[in-house]
Amino acid sequence: MKFLCVECDRQMQFEERRLPGDGTLAAAFKCPACGRVVALLTNPMETQLVASLGVKIGGRTIDAQPMETVRSMVASGRDDAFGDGGKRETGNVPAWSAEAQERLARVPGFVRGMVKRIYLDYAKERGITEITPAVMDTARSELGLEGM
Amino acid sequence: MSLNIRTYHELTEADRSGLGEQIAAQRRRVALRMASVRRVLAVLSGKGGVGKSFVTAGIALALARAGRAIGVLDADFNGPTAPQLLRLPVDRCTLLDDVIEPVLSPEGVRCFSMALLLEEGQPLAFRGPEAEGHVWRGTLEAAALREFLGDVAWGALDELLVDLPPGVQRFAELVELLPSPPSVVVVTIPTRESHDAVRRAVRGAVDRGATLLGVVENMVGGAFSGTAGDDLAAEFGIPVLARIPWHPTPDTWAGLAGCLA
Repeated sequence: MKFLCVECDRQMQFEERRLPGDGTLAAAFKCPACGRVVALLTNPMETQLVASLGVKIGGRTIDAQPMETVRSMVASGRDDAFGDGGKRETGNVPAWSAEAQERLARVPGFVRGMVKRIYLDYAKERGITEITPAVMDTARSELGLEGM
Repeated sequence: MSLNIRTYHELTEADRSGLGEQIAAQRRRVALRMASVRRVLAVLSGKGGVGKSFVTAGIALALARAGRAIGVLDADFNGPTAPQLLRLPVDRCTLLDDVIEPVLSPEGVRCFSMALLLEEGQPLAFRGPEAEGHVWRGTLEAAALREFLGDVAWGALDELLVDLPPGVQRFAELVELLPSPPSVVVVTIPTRESHDAVRRAVRGAVDRGATLLGVVENMVGGAFSGTAGDDLAAEFGIPVLARIPWHPTPDTWAGLAGCLA
């Protein structure tokens, strides 16, 4: 999937992605020559089809997680399917506020470990000492985490 | 006036989405994992209920008992049975930093299966829009196969057996994901009906570059009569590796494993 500014004969560049949470996706592409912007709008089925390929329009914002597609897409997975191998975090581990823990607990168990890892990495990379719902919201927005 | 529009392959600038590179990275991950696997053996049949999973488990256990490093990838996502057939001691897998550990059978067979992930008694169901699920469901199953290949810490294996569901679709996905087409063990029961269904799948596998190792005729000596094993062997110029009776012994499996080692 590529976009061409016919008038300038230039390939348009990805600019911004929005996931409003209703299964649709909006992605803006901009002509590097004339600045014209067009938006790609996909319906839930089209969004799902792209997600099924395990790719992200606009590029990845985080490293691929092991079995990422299965863990994020399977609806009938067991809560305790994945053990963590008994590994413990090292270094300065961000704390979870009570509200953030409550929100994390609402994530289906099958994918919770992956979601927790993403928020922890996000916080550690930015020197955030406590993960709060506000931090989670910011991370979701910055990283483009649909449904997390 | 017609516009002079460059087409897809004529646009070569990076666009920051990098979809092609994302796909390439997925393929590299599979190739990296498969680099330590000496041979991928796909267990294939065009027909359901002929005992592919039973034969896969029998081969895997016999090869493991002979000292070989064996993995079983249960690619039958909608009817996974490998954990039971291999008598896996646990039904939970371990997540490491960027891989998932396969579960070891008592004989040392490394196994990964959708059965390890699903709620007891629940079918494989995906999140997503209800409408037009047929459009994306197959793509998701292909993605699951890719992740089973690339995200499981298979380690160094002599053989990775892939237990396929009926038909040839999952085999086609496997071929697209692997660096080179796998070797194939064909499973049939003796009946004409099985022969008719299996030969179509085998033809599809040959067309996709598979190396056929031979036919295993299963459920021999009981209610099912016919010559499907011999007929398939003659049609495709391959040997009948084994005829498996209703109650096979360890020697039965050892003999079959010996043909494949």
